[in-house]
Amino acid sequence: MSEILRAEGLTKYFGDFLAIDGVSLSFESGVLTSIIGPNGAGKTTLINLFTGSLRPSKGKAYFKGKDITRLPTDKRIKEGISRSFQIMTIFPKLTVKQNVQLPALALFGENRGFWAKADDHSSVAEWVEEVLKQVVLWEERDVLAGELSHGDMRLLEMGIALASKPELCFLDEPSSGMNPGERTKVLELIKTLASKGETTFIIIEHDMDVVFSLSDRLIVMNKGAILADGEVGQVRENKEVREIYLGEEV
Amino acid sequence: MSKLQNFSGFTLKREHIPFALLIALIIFLLVVPQFFGDYILYMIMRILMLCLLALSVNLLLGYTGLLSFGQGMFYAIGAYACAKILMGMESPSLFAGLFGALAIVAVASLILGFLSIRHTAIYFAMITLCFGMMLYALLEKWEGFTGGDDGLMGIPRAPLEIPHLFSINMAPLGNYYYFVLILSLIAIFVFYRLVHSPLGLSFQGLRDSEQRVSFTGISVMKTRLLCFVIAGLYAGLAGVLFTPMEQTLTPVVSHWSTSTEPIIAVLIGGMTFSGPLVGSVIYFIVKDVIFRYTIYWMLPLGIIIVILVMTLRGGLMGTLQRGVLPWIRSRLSGKEEQ
Repeated sequence: MSEILRAEGLTKYFGDFLAIDGVSLSFESGVLTSIIGPNGAGKTTLINLFTGSLRPSKGKAYFKGKDITRLPTDKRIKEGISRSFQIMTIFPKLTVKQNVQLPALALFGENRGFWAKADDHSSVAEWVEEVLKQVVLWEERDVLAGELSHGDMRLLEMGIALASKPELCFLDEPSSGMNPGERTKVLELIKTLASKGETTFIIIEHDMDVVFSLSDRLIVMNKGAILADGEVGQVRENKEVREIYLGEEV
Repeated sequence: MSKLQNFSGFTLKREHIPFALLIALIIFLLVVPQFFGDYILYMIMRILMLCLLALSVNLLLGYTGLLSFGQGMFYAIGAYACAKILMGMESPSLFAGLFGALAIVAVASLILGFLSIRHTAIYFAMITLCFGMMLYALLEKWEGFTGGDDGLMGIPRAPLEIPHLFSINMAPLGNYYYFVLILSLIAIFVFYRLVHSPLGLSFQGLRDSEQRVSFTGISVMKTRLLCFVIAGLYAGLAGVLFTPMEQTLTPVVSHWSTSTEPIIAVLIGGMTFSGPLVGSVIYFIVKDVIFRYTIYWMLPLGIIIVILVMTLRGGLMGTLQRGVLPWIRSRLSGKEEQ
Protein backbone atom coordinates (compact mmCIF):
# COMPACT_ATOMS: atom_id res chain seq x y z
CA MET A 1 0.00 0.00 0.00
CA SER A 2 1.26 3.44 -0.82
CA GLU A 3 1.66 6.40 1.45
CA ILE A 4 -0.94 9.11 0.85
CA LEU A 5 -0.23 11.69 3.56
CA ARG A 6 2.80 12.41 5.74
CA ALA A 7 3.47 14.93 8.50
CA GLU A 8 7.01 15.77 9.55
CA GLY A 9 7.30 17.53 12.90
CA LEU A 10 4.13 19.56 12.46
CA THR A 11 3.95 22.24 15.15
CA LYS A 12 1.37 24.91 15.75
CA TYR A 13 1.42 27.68 18.32
CA PHE A 14 -1.55 29.94 19.08
CA GLY A 15 0.33 32.76 20.80
CA ASP A 16 2.16 30.94 23.60
CA PHE A 17 -0.17 27.97 23.57
CA LEU A 18 1.32 24.88 21.95
CA ALA A 19 -1.62 23.29 20.11
CA ILE A 20 0.26 20.74 18.02
CA ASP A 21 3.56 19.51 19.38
CA GLY A 22 5.84 18.24 16.62
CA VAL A 23 3.57 15.56 15.21
CA SER A 24 5.07 13.15 12.71
CA LEU A 25 2.66 10.72 11.11
CA SER A 26 2.22 8.71 7.96
CA PHE A 27 -1.09 7.57 6.46
CA GLU A 28 -1.49 4.80 3.91
CA SER A 29 -4.16 4.85 1.26
CA GLY A 30 -7.05 2.51 1.90
CA VAL A 31 -6.56 2.37 5.68
CA LEU A 32 -9.50 3.87 7.56
CA THR A 33 -7.96 5.79 10.45
CA SER A 34 -9.74 7.31 13.45
CA ILE A 35 -8.27 10.06 15.57
CA ILE A 36 -9.63 10.31 19.10
CA GLY A 37 -8.68 12.34 22.14
CA PRO A 38 -10.16 14.59 24.81
CA ASN A 39 -11.45 18.07 23.97
CA GLY A 40 -8.60 20.41 23.15
CA ALA A 41 -6.24 17.57 22.23
CA GLY A 42 -5.58 19.23 18.86
CA LYS A 43 -7.49 16.87 16.57
CA THR A 44 -9.31 19.54 14.57
CA THR A 45 -6.20 21.75 14.54
CA LEU A 46 -4.29 18.87 12.95
CA ILE A 47 -6.93 18.59 10.20
CA ASN A 48 -6.80 22.35 9.71
CA LEU A 49 -3.05 22.09 9.15
CA PHE A 50 -3.49 19.27 6.63
CA THR A 51 -6.25 21.07 4.72
CA GLY A 52 -4.76 24.56 4.66
CA SER A 53 -7.13 26.40 7.02
CA LEU A 54 -4.09 27.02 9.24
CA ARG A 55 -0.40 27.33 8.46
CA PRO A 56 1.96 25.36 10.72
CA SER A 57 4.49 27.24 12.86
CA LYS A 58 7.01 24.53 12.03
CA GLY A 59 7.16 21.25 10.16
CA LYS A 60 6.02 19.97 6.78
CA ALA A 61 3.09 18.15 5.25
CA TYR A 62 3.26 15.96 2.14
CA PHE A 63 0.37 14.66 0.06
CA LYS A 64 1.37 11.74 -2.19
CA GLY A 65 4.97 12.88 -1.83
CA LYS A 66 4.26 16.49 -2.81
CA ASP A 67 5.00 19.27 -0.32
CA ILE A 68 1.66 20.94 0.44
CA THR A 69 2.70 22.86 3.56
CA ARG A 70 2.10 26.29 1.99
CA LEU A 71 -0.54 25.38 -0.60
CA PRO A 72 -3.82 27.34 -0.35
CA THR A 73 -6.92 25.34 0.51
CA ASP A 74 -8.58 25.44 -2.90
CA LYS A 75 -5.41 24.05 -4.52
CA ARG A 76 -5.28 21.21 -1.97
CA ILE A 77 -8.86 20.32 -2.87
CA LYS A 78 -7.79 20.12 -6.52
CA GLU A 79 -4.93 17.83 -5.48
CA GLY A 80 -7.48 15.43 -3.98
CA ILE A 81 -7.92 16.32 -0.31
CA SER A 82 -11.32 17.11 1.16
CA ARG A 83 -13.04 17.41 4.51
CA SER A 84 -16.33 17.75 6.32
CA PHE A 85 -16.77 20.09 9.25
CA GLN A 86 -17.67 19.53 12.86
CA ILE A 87 -19.66 22.77 12.95
CA MET A 88 -22.12 22.69 10.08
CA THR A 89 -20.66 24.42 7.05
CA ILE A 90 -23.16 24.10 4.23
CA PHE A 91 -24.73 26.70 1.93
CA PRO A 92 -28.08 27.24 3.69
CA LYS A 93 -29.74 29.45 1.05
CA LEU A 94 -28.84 27.18 -1.86
CA THR A 95 -30.76 24.03 -2.71
CA VAL A 96 -29.34 20.62 -1.79
CA LYS A 97 -28.45 20.06 -5.42
CA GLN A 98 -26.66 23.41 -5.74
CA ASN A 99 -24.66 22.63 -2.60
CA VAL A 100 -23.18 19.58 -4.31
CA GLN A 101 -23.02 21.29 -7.71
CA LEU A 102 -20.42 23.81 -6.54
CA PRO A 103 -17.64 21.29 -5.78
CA ALA A 104 -18.72 19.18 -8.77
CA LEU A 105 -18.41 22.16 -11.13
CA ALA A 106 -14.98 22.91 -9.68
CA LEU A 107 -14.00 19.25 -10.13
CA PHE A 108 -14.82 19.39 -13.84
CA GLY A 109 -13.25 22.86 -14.21
CA GLU A 110 -16.59 24.44 -15.14
CA ASN A 111 -16.90 26.85 -12.20
CA ARG A 112 -15.92 29.98 -14.16
CA GLY A 113 -18.59 29.65 -16.83
CA PHE A 114 -20.84 32.68 -16.84
CA TRP A 115 -23.19 32.02 -19.75
CA ALA A 116 -24.54 28.47 -19.70
CA LYS A 117 -26.81 27.50 -16.84
CA ALA A 118 -25.28 25.64 -13.92
CA ASP A 119 -27.57 22.69 -14.74
CA ASP A 120 -26.45 22.44 -18.35
CA HIS A 121 -23.25 20.44 -17.91
CA SER A 122 -24.27 16.81 -18.33
CA SER A 123 -21.13 15.24 -16.86
CA VAL A 124 -21.47 17.46 -13.80
CA ALA A 125 -25.17 16.64 -13.51
CA GLU A 126 -24.48 12.90 -13.62
CA TRP A 127 -21.85 13.15 -10.92
CA VAL A 128 -24.10 15.33 -8.73
CA GLU A 129 -26.87 12.74 -9.05
CA GLU A 130 -24.48 9.95 -8.09
CA VAL A 131 -23.24 11.81 -5.01
CA LEU A 132 -26.73 12.79 -3.87
CA LYS A 133 -27.92 9.19 -4.24
CA GLN A 134 -24.92 8.02 -2.21
CA VAL A 135 -25.80 10.30 0.70
CA VAL A 136 -29.53 9.50 0.26
CA LEU A 137 -30.55 13.10 -0.46
CA TRP A 138 -31.60 12.76 -4.10
CA GLU A 139 -35.29 13.07 -3.19
CA GLU A 140 -34.57 16.32 -1.31
CA ARG A 141 -32.49 17.83 -4.12
CA ASP A 142 -34.71 20.90 -4.58
CA VAL A 143 -35.10 21.68 -0.87
CA LEU A 144 -33.15 24.64 0.53
CA ALA A 145 -30.24 23.22 2.51
CA GLY A 146 -31.06 25.42 5.51
CA GLU A 147 -34.46 23.72 5.80
CA LEU A 148 -33.13 20.16 6.10
CA SER A 149 -33.26 18.19 9.36
CA HIS A 150 -30.07 18.11 11.39
CA GLY A 151 -29.22 14.58 10.32
CA ASP A 152 -29.78 15.36 6.65
CA MET A 153 -27.58 18.47 6.96
CA ARG A 154 -24.78 16.24 8.24
CA LEU A 155 -25.28 13.94 5.28
CA LEU A 156 -25.18 16.92 2.93
CA GLU A 157 -22.00 18.06 4.67
CA MET A 158 -20.48 14.71 3.67
CA GLY A 159 -21.97 14.99 0.19
CA ILE A 160 -20.20 18.31 -0.40
CA ALA A 161 -16.93 16.81 0.82
CA LEU A 162 -17.30 13.79 -1.47
CA ALA A 163 -18.41 15.77 -4.54
CA SER A 164 -14.85 16.92 -5.19
CA LYS A 165 -13.94 13.21 -5.68
CA PRO A 166 -11.24 13.24 -3.02
CA GLU A 167 -8.55 10.60 -2.66
CA LEU A 168 -8.27 11.59 0.98
CA CYS A 169 -11.21 12.79 3.02
CA PHE A 170 -11.22 14.01 6.62
CA LEU A 171 -14.51 13.65 8.45
CA ASP A 172 -14.74 15.80 11.57
CA GLU A 173 -17.26 14.11 13.89
CA PRO A 174 -19.56 12.92 11.09
CA SER A 175 -22.18 11.56 13.48
CA SER A 176 -22.31 14.31 16.09
CA GLY A 177 -25.79 15.38 17.14
CA MET A 178 -27.43 12.53 15.23
CA ASN A 179 -30.09 10.18 16.54
CA PRO A 180 -29.23 6.44 16.59
CA GLY A 181 -31.05 5.77 13.35
CA GLU A 182 -29.25 8.51 11.47
CA ARG A 183 -25.97 7.42 13.03
CA THR A 184 -26.35 3.92 11.63
CA LYS A 185 -27.08 5.44 8.22
CA VAL A 186 -23.85 7.45 8.29
CA LEU A 187 -21.84 4.47 9.52
CA GLU A 188 -23.12 2.30 6.69
CA LEU A 189 -22.36 5.07 4.22
CA ILE A 190 -18.76 5.45 5.37
CA LYS A 191 -18.26 1.68 5.33
CA THR A 192 -19.62 1.38 1.80
CA LEU A 193 -17.51 4.24 0.50
CA ALA A 194 -14.36 3.02 2.22
CA SER A 195 -14.81 -0.50 0.85
CA LYS A 196 -14.95 0.89 -2.69
CA GLY A 197 -11.36 1.97 -2.15
CA GLU A 198 -11.56 5.24 -4.10
CA THR A 199 -11.31 7.43 -1.02
CA THR A 200 -9.19 7.07 2.10
CA PHE A 201 -10.97 8.33 5.19
CA ILE A 202 -9.49 9.85 8.32
CA ILE A 203 -12.17 10.36 10.95
CA ILE A 204 -12.32 12.37 14.14
CA GLU A 205 -14.99 10.90 16.36
CA HIS A 206 -16.17 10.93 19.95
CA ASP A 207 -18.55 8.01 19.69
CA MET A 208 -16.58 4.89 20.59
CA ASP A 209 -19.05 2.51 18.92
CA VAL A 210 -18.45 4.32 15.65
CA VAL A 211 -14.69 4.27 16.14
CA PHE A 212 -14.43 0.59 16.99
CA SER A 213 -16.81 -0.60 14.30
CA LEU A 214 -15.19 1.38 11.50
CA SER A 215 -11.50 1.83 12.00
CA ASP A 216 -8.51 -0.15 10.79
CA ARG A 217 -6.15 2.09 12.69
CA LEU A 218 -6.60 4.23 15.79
CA ILE A 219 -4.60 7.29 16.81
CA VAL A 220 -5.03 8.79 20.26
CA MET A 221 -4.04 12.42 20.74
CA ASN A 222 -3.55 14.32 23.97
CA LYS A 223 -2.21 17.83 24.52
CA GLY A 224 -1.17 18.23 20.92
CA ALA A 225 0.89 15.05 20.72
CA ILE A 226 0.36 11.45 19.67
CA LEU A 227 -0.30 9.28 22.72
CA ALA A 228 -0.89 5.98 21.00
CA ASP A 229 -1.04 4.74 17.42
CA GLY A 230 -1.81 1.29 16.07
CA GLU A 231 -4.47 -1.29 15.31
CA VAL A 232 -7.74 -0.75 17.13
CA GLY A 233 -7.51 -3.75 19.47
CA GLN A 234 -3.91 -2.98 20.32
CA VAL A 235 -4.57 0.65 21.24
CA ARG A 236 -7.63 -0.35 23.21
CA GLU A 237 -5.43 -2.39 25.56
CA ASN A 238 -2.97 0.45 26.06
CA LYS A 239 -2.90 1.29 29.75
CA GLU A 240 -2.05 4.97 29.36
CA VAL A 241 -4.87 5.46 26.87
CA ARG A 242 -7.32 3.85 29.26
CA GLU A 243 -6.34 6.13 32.09
CA ILE A 244 -6.37 9.35 30.12
CA TYR A 245 -9.17 8.88 27.70
CA LEU A 246 -11.16 5.73 27.50
CA GLY A 247 -11.89 5.24 31.19
CA GLU A 248 -11.66 1.99 33.11
CA GLU A 249 -14.86 0.39 31.89
CA VAL A 250 -13.75 -0.01 28.28
CA MET B 1 -55.46 24.57 -13.36
CA SER B 2 -52.86 26.43 -15.30
CA LYS B 3 -54.93 26.99 -18.41
CA LEU B 4 -56.23 30.51 -18.34
CA GLN B 5 -57.16 31.22 -21.91
CA ASN B 6 -57.56 29.24 -25.05
CA PHE B 7 -56.44 30.63 -28.35
CA SER B 8 -56.74 28.59 -31.47
CA GLY B 9 -54.01 26.01 -31.23
CA PHE B 10 -52.12 27.83 -28.48
CA THR B 11 -52.74 27.47 -24.79
CA LEU B 12 -51.56 30.29 -22.58
CA LYS B 13 -50.19 28.59 -19.53
CA ARG B 14 -49.42 30.21 -16.22
CA GLU B 15 -45.69 29.78 -16.77
CA HIS B 16 -45.99 31.98 -19.85
CA ILE B 17 -47.42 34.97 -18.01
CA PRO B 18 -44.14 36.54 -16.78
CA PHE B 19 -42.65 36.02 -20.22
CA ALA B 20 -45.66 37.63 -21.93
CA LEU B 21 -45.53 40.57 -19.53
CA LEU B 22 -41.84 41.00 -20.26
CA ILE B 23 -42.42 41.06 -24.04
CA ALA B 24 -45.23 43.58 -23.54
CA LEU B 25 -42.95 45.78 -21.44
CA ILE B 26 -40.16 45.67 -24.02
CA ILE B 27 -42.57 46.52 -26.85
CA PHE B 28 -43.91 49.40 -24.76
CA LEU B 29 -40.39 50.70 -24.15
CA LEU B 30 -39.63 50.43 -27.87
CA VAL B 31 -42.64 52.48 -28.97
CA VAL B 32 -42.44 55.11 -26.21
CA PRO B 33 -40.64 57.71 -28.44
CA GLN B 34 -43.59 57.61 -30.87
CA PHE B 35 -46.05 58.78 -28.22
CA PHE B 36 -44.19 60.71 -25.55
CA GLY B 37 -41.93 63.73 -25.38
CA ASP B 38 -38.31 64.10 -24.36
CA TYR B 39 -39.12 64.44 -20.67
CA ILE B 40 -40.56 60.90 -20.44
CA LEU B 41 -37.63 59.55 -22.48
CA TYR B 42 -35.23 61.26 -20.13
CA MET B 43 -37.03 59.76 -17.11
CA ILE B 44 -36.95 56.24 -18.56
CA MET B 45 -33.24 56.57 -19.33
CA ARG B 46 -32.56 57.73 -15.77
CA ILE B 47 -34.52 54.74 -14.46
CA LEU B 48 -32.57 52.36 -16.72
CA MET B 49 -29.28 53.79 -15.41
CA LEU B 50 -30.48 53.37 -11.84
CA CYS B 51 -31.44 49.80 -12.75
CA LEU B 52 -27.89 49.08 -13.93
CA LEU B 53 -26.48 50.61 -10.74
CA ALA B 54 -28.90 48.60 -8.64
CA LEU B 55 -27.93 45.38 -10.44
CA SER B 56 -24.32 46.26 -9.68
CA VAL B 57 -25.11 46.74 -5.98
CA ASN B 58 -27.20 43.58 -5.85
CA LEU B 59 -24.54 41.42 -7.50
CA LEU B 60 -22.33 42.30 -4.55
CA LEU B 61 -25.00 42.47 -1.84
CA GLY B 62 -27.69 39.95 -2.74
CA TYR B 63 -25.56 37.37 -4.54
CA THR B 64 -22.17 37.63 -2.87
CA GLY B 65 -23.02 39.16 0.51
CA LEU B 66 -20.89 42.31 0.25
CA LEU B 67 -22.39 45.76 0.89
CA SER B 68 -20.60 48.35 -1.23
CA PHE B 69 -21.02 52.07 -0.64
CA GLY B 70 -18.67 52.74 -3.53
CA GLN B 71 -20.59 51.83 -6.68
CA GLY B 72 -21.08 55.55 -7.33
CA MET B 73 -17.31 55.65 -7.75
CA PHE B 74 -17.37 53.37 -10.81
CA TYR B 75 -20.40 55.26 -12.10
CA ALA B 76 -18.32 58.44 -11.89
CA ILE B 77 -15.21 56.84 -13.41
CA GLY B 78 -17.32 55.63 -16.34
CA ALA B 79 -18.98 59.02 -16.73
CA TYR B 80 -15.78 61.09 -16.57
CA ALA B 81 -13.78 58.68 -18.73
CA CYS B 82 -16.48 58.79 -21.40
CA ALA B 83 -16.62 62.58 -21.20
CA LYS B 84 -12.85 63.00 -21.53
CA ILE B 85 -12.67 60.57 -24.46
CA LEU B 86 -15.53 62.27 -26.34
CA MET B 87 -14.17 65.76 -25.65
CA GLY B 88 -10.64 64.78 -26.60
CA MET B 89 -11.50 63.30 -29.99
CA GLU B 90 -11.46 65.38 -33.13
CA SER B 91 -14.51 63.66 -34.53
CA PRO B 92 -16.02 62.00 -31.48
CA SER B 93 -17.41 58.48 -31.75
CA LEU B 94 -19.89 57.01 -29.30
CA PHE B 95 -18.39 53.53 -29.64
CA ALA B 96 -14.96 54.88 -28.70
CA GLY B 97 -16.46 56.60 -25.66
CA LEU B 98 -18.32 53.47 -24.65
CA PHE B 99 -15.59 50.89 -25.00
CA GLY B 100 -12.74 53.18 -23.96
CA ALA B 101 -14.53 54.18 -20.77
CA LEU B 102 -15.52 50.59 -19.96
CA ALA B 103 -11.89 49.52 -20.36
CA ILE B 104 -10.83 52.23 -17.91
CA VAL B 105 -13.56 51.14 -15.47
CA ALA B 106 -12.38 47.54 -15.73
CA VAL B 107 -8.79 48.50 -14.89
CA ALA B 108 -9.92 50.77 -12.04
CA SER B 109 -12.20 48.12 -10.53
CA LEU B 110 -9.44 45.53 -10.81
CA ILE B 111 -7.03 47.75 -8.86
CA LEU B 112 -9.55 48.98 -6.28
CA GLY B 113 -11.02 45.49 -6.02
CA PHE B 114 -7.61 44.06 -5.28
CA LEU B 115 -7.37 46.51 -2.37
CA SER B 116 -10.95 46.05 -1.13
CA ILE B 117 -11.82 42.37 -1.38
CA ARG B 118 -9.52 41.28 1.42
CA HIS B 119 -12.15 42.78 3.69
CA THR B 120 -15.75 41.76 4.22
CA ALA B 121 -18.83 43.02 6.08
CA ILE B 122 -18.56 46.49 7.60
CA TYR B 123 -14.88 46.84 6.69
CA PHE B 124 -15.67 46.30 3.03
CA ALA B 125 -18.52 48.83 3.23
CA MET B 126 -16.24 51.42 4.82
CA ILE B 127 -13.31 50.93 2.49
CA THR B 128 -15.52 51.26 -0.60
CA LEU B 129 -17.09 54.39 0.93
CA CYS B 130 -13.60 55.82 1.50
CA PHE B 131 -12.43 55.14 -2.06
CA GLY B 132 -15.61 56.73 -3.39
CA MET B 133 -15.18 59.90 -1.37
CA MET B 134 -11.49 60.07 -2.28
CA LEU B 135 -12.51 60.12 -5.93
CA TYR B 136 -15.10 62.80 -5.12
CA ALA B 137 -12.40 64.99 -3.57
CA LEU B 138 -10.11 64.35 -6.54
CA LEU B 139 -12.76 65.33 -9.08
CA GLU B 140 -13.49 68.51 -7.15
CA LYS B 141 -9.88 69.61 -6.67
CA TRP B 142 -8.25 68.61 -9.94
CA GLU B 143 -9.65 71.57 -11.84
CA GLY B 144 -7.34 71.37 -14.84
CA PHE B 145 -8.54 67.89 -15.78
CA THR B 146 -12.04 67.55 -14.37
CA GLY B 147 -13.20 71.16 -14.36
CA GLY B 148 -13.39 71.07 -10.58
CA ASP B 149 -16.62 72.11 -8.95
CA ASP B 150 -18.07 73.43 -12.21
CA GLY B 151 -17.47 70.11 -13.89
CA LEU B 152 -17.29 69.47 -17.60
CA MET B 153 -19.59 71.14 -20.09
CA GLY B 154 -20.34 70.76 -23.76
CA ILE B 155 -19.74 67.03 -23.92
CA PRO B 156 -20.74 65.99 -27.44
CA ARG B 157 -23.47 63.42 -27.93
CA ALA B 158 -21.37 61.81 -30.58
CA PRO B 159 -22.86 59.89 -33.49
CA LEU B 160 -22.92 56.11 -33.33
CA GLU B 161 -20.76 55.17 -36.26
CA ILE B 162 -18.39 52.71 -37.75
CA PRO B 163 -16.51 54.54 -40.53
CA HIS B 164 -17.53 53.49 -44.07
CA LEU B 165 -20.27 51.26 -42.64
CA PHE B 166 -22.94 53.30 -40.93
CA SER B 167 -23.48 56.44 -38.90
CA ILE B 168 -26.48 57.26 -36.73
CA ASN B 169 -27.02 60.80 -35.54
CA MET B 170 -27.48 60.82 -31.79
CA ALA B 171 -28.39 64.48 -31.39
CA PRO B 172 -32.15 63.81 -31.16
CA LEU B 173 -32.86 62.43 -27.69
CA GLY B 174 -35.18 59.84 -29.24
CA ASN B 175 -32.25 58.25 -31.08
CA TYR B 176 -30.03 58.25 -28.03
CA TYR B 177 -32.90 56.68 -26.09
CA TYR B 178 -32.72 53.55 -28.28
CA PHE B 179 -28.99 53.32 -27.71
CA VAL B 180 -29.51 53.39 -23.92
CA LEU B 181 -32.48 51.05 -24.05
CA ILE B 182 -30.83 48.37 -26.18
CA LEU B 183 -27.57 48.40 -24.21
CA SER B 184 -29.49 48.24 -20.92
CA LEU B 185 -31.64 45.33 -22.11
CA ILE B 186 -28.54 43.45 -23.26
CA ALA B 187 -26.85 44.15 -19.91
CA ILE B 188 -29.91 42.95 -17.97
CA PHE B 189 -30.11 39.78 -20.08
CA VAL B 190 -26.39 39.08 -19.56
CA PHE B 191 -26.92 39.61 -15.82
CA TYR B 192 -29.73 37.05 -15.86
CA ARG B 193 -27.49 34.48 -17.53
CA LEU B 194 -24.62 35.32 -15.16
CA VAL B 195 -26.52 34.77 -11.91
CA HIS B 196 -27.86 31.41 -13.13
CA SER B 197 -24.45 30.24 -14.33
CA PRO B 198 -21.78 28.27 -12.43
CA LEU B 199 -19.98 31.54 -11.71
CA GLY B 200 -23.20 33.01 -10.27
CA LEU B 201 -23.54 29.91 -8.13
CA SER B 202 -19.99 30.45 -6.82
CA PHE B 203 -20.94 34.02 -5.88
CA GLN B 204 -23.92 32.74 -3.92
CA GLY B 205 -21.70 30.17 -2.27
CA LEU B 206 -19.45 33.01 -1.08
CA ARG B 207 -22.48 34.71 0.43
CA ASP B 208 -23.55 31.59 2.33
CA SER B 209 -20.20 30.22 3.50
CA GLU B 210 -16.91 31.60 2.36
CA GLN B 211 -14.97 28.92 4.22
CA ARG B 212 -16.82 26.13 2.47
CA VAL B 213 -16.27 27.67 -0.96
CA SER B 214 -12.51 27.29 -0.60
CA PHE B 215 -13.14 23.66 0.38
CA THR B 216 -15.01 23.03 -2.86
CA GLY B 217 -11.82 23.83 -4.75
CA ILE B 218 -12.75 27.39 -5.74
CA SER B 219 -10.48 30.32 -4.91
CA VAL B 220 -12.33 32.76 -2.64
CA MET B 221 -10.20 35.78 -3.51
CA LYS B 222 -10.26 35.30 -7.28
CA THR B 223 -14.01 34.73 -7.31
CA ARG B 224 -14.68 37.75 -5.15
CA LEU B 225 -12.42 39.92 -7.30
CA LEU B 226 -14.21 38.77 -10.44
CA CYS B 227 -17.53 39.68 -8.83
CA PHE B 228 -16.21 43.11 -7.87
CA VAL B 229 -14.99 43.80 -11.42
CA ILE B 230 -18.26 42.70 -13.02
CA ALA B 231 -20.23 44.83 -10.55
CA GLY B 232 -17.88 47.74 -11.32
CA LEU B 233 -18.54 47.34 -15.04
CA TYR B 234 -22.31 47.51 -14.53
CA ALA B 235 -22.00 50.70 -12.47
CA GLY B 236 -19.50 52.03 -15.03
CA LEU B 237 -21.87 51.30 -17.92
CA ALA B 238 -24.57 53.35 -16.18
CA GLY B 239 -22.13 56.26 -15.91
CA VAL B 240 -20.99 55.91 -19.52
CA LEU B 241 -24.60 56.11 -20.72
CA PHE B 242 -25.31 59.08 -18.43
CA THR B 243 -22.64 61.41 -19.85
CA PRO B 244 -23.78 61.92 -23.48
CA MET B 245 -27.37 62.20 -22.28
CA GLU B 246 -26.68 65.07 -19.88
CA GLN B 247 -23.80 66.58 -21.89
CA THR B 248 -22.56 68.13 -18.63
CA LEU B 249 -20.89 66.45 -15.69
CA THR B 250 -20.20 67.55 -12.10
CA PRO B 251 -18.41 65.76 -9.24
CA VAL B 252 -21.79 65.09 -7.56
CA VAL B 253 -21.97 61.84 -9.58
CA SER B 254 -19.27 60.37 -7.36
CA HIS B 255 -20.81 61.57 -4.08
CA TRP B 256 -21.77 58.80 -1.65
CA SER B 257 -25.43 59.64 -2.18
CA THR B 258 -25.07 58.28 -5.73
CA SER B 259 -24.01 55.00 -4.17
CA THR B 260 -26.90 54.85 -1.72
CA GLU B 261 -29.74 55.37 -4.22
CA PRO B 262 -29.25 51.93 -5.80
CA ILE B 263 -28.89 50.39 -2.32
CA ILE B 264 -32.31 51.81 -1.41
CA ALA B 265 -33.71 50.55 -4.72
CA VAL B 266 -32.40 47.05 -3.91
CA LEU B 267 -33.92 47.17 -0.42
CA ILE B 268 -37.30 48.27 -1.79
CA GLY B 269 -37.36 45.68 -4.57
CA GLY B 270 -35.64 42.84 -2.75
CA MET B 271 -32.43 40.92 -3.36
CA THR B 272 -33.76 38.75 -6.17
CA PHE B 273 -33.01 39.04 -9.88
CA SER B 274 -35.99 41.30 -10.61
CA GLY B 275 -36.01 43.09 -7.23
CA PRO B 276 -33.44 45.81 -8.09
CA LEU B 277 -35.22 46.56 -11.38
CA VAL B 278 -38.65 46.92 -9.77
CA GLY B 279 -37.13 48.82 -6.84
CA SER B 280 -35.41 51.28 -9.18
CA VAL B 281 -38.66 52.07 -10.99
CA ILE B 282 -40.57 52.59 -7.73
CA TYR B 283 -37.82 54.66 -6.14
CA PHE B 284 -37.47 56.93 -9.13
CA ILE B 285 -41.19 57.49 -9.66
CA VAL B 286 -41.91 58.11 -5.97
CA LYS B 287 -38.99 60.51 -5.76
CA ASP B 288 -40.07 62.38 -8.88
CA VAL B 289 -43.72 62.69 -7.80
CA ILE B 290 -42.80 64.02 -4.35
CA PHE B 291 -40.22 66.34 -5.88
CA ARG B 292 -42.99 68.15 -7.76
CA TYR B 293 -44.76 69.13 -4.56
CA THR B 294 -42.03 70.03 -2.11
CA ILE B 295 -38.37 70.86 -1.98
CA TYR B 296 -38.25 68.87 1.27
CA TRP B 297 -38.69 65.72 -0.82
CA MET B 298 -36.23 63.72 1.28
CA LEU B 299 -38.52 63.67 4.32
CA PRO B 300 -41.61 62.02 2.77
CA LEU B 301 -39.35 59.79 0.66
CA GLY B 302 -37.53 58.68 3.80
CA ILE B 303 -40.81 57.89 5.56
CA ILE B 304 -42.06 55.86 2.59
CA ILE B 305 -38.80 53.92 2.43
CA VAL B 306 -38.92 53.15 6.16
CA ILE B 307 -42.50 51.89 5.83
CA LEU B 308 -41.68 49.79 2.75
CA VAL B 309 -38.58 48.24 4.29
CA MET B 310 -40.33 47.48 7.59
CA THR B 311 -43.53 46.02 6.13
CA LEU B 312 -42.06 44.21 3.15
CA ARG B 313 -39.24 42.18 4.59
CA GLY B 314 -37.23 40.74 1.74
CA GLY B 315 -38.39 43.59 -0.49
CA LEU B 316 -41.36 43.86 -2.80
CA MET B 317 -40.36 40.99 -5.09
CA GLY B 318 -39.30 38.82 -2.17
CA THR B 319 -42.70 39.32 -0.53
CA LEU B 320 -44.47 38.63 -3.82
CA GLN B 321 -42.58 35.42 -4.43
CA ARG B 322 -42.80 34.06 -0.92
CA GLY B 323 -46.15 35.39 0.27
CA VAL B 324 -48.52 36.69 -2.36
CA LEU B 325 -47.98 34.38 -5.35
CA PRO B 326 -48.26 31.11 -3.35
CA TRP B 327 -51.47 32.46 -1.84
CA ILE B 328 -52.97 33.28 -5.25
CA ARG B 329 -51.89 29.88 -6.56
CA SER B 330 -53.49 28.05 -3.66
CA ARG B 331 -56.73 30.02 -4.24
CA LEU B 332 -56.72 29.23 -7.94
CA SER B 333 -56.08 25.52 -7.51
CA GLY B 334 -58.58 25.40 -4.64
CA LYS B 335 -61.33 26.84 -6.86
CA GLU B 336 -60.65 24.38 -9.61
CA GLU B 337 -61.00 21.43 -7.29
CA GLN B 338 -64.48 22.48 -6.20
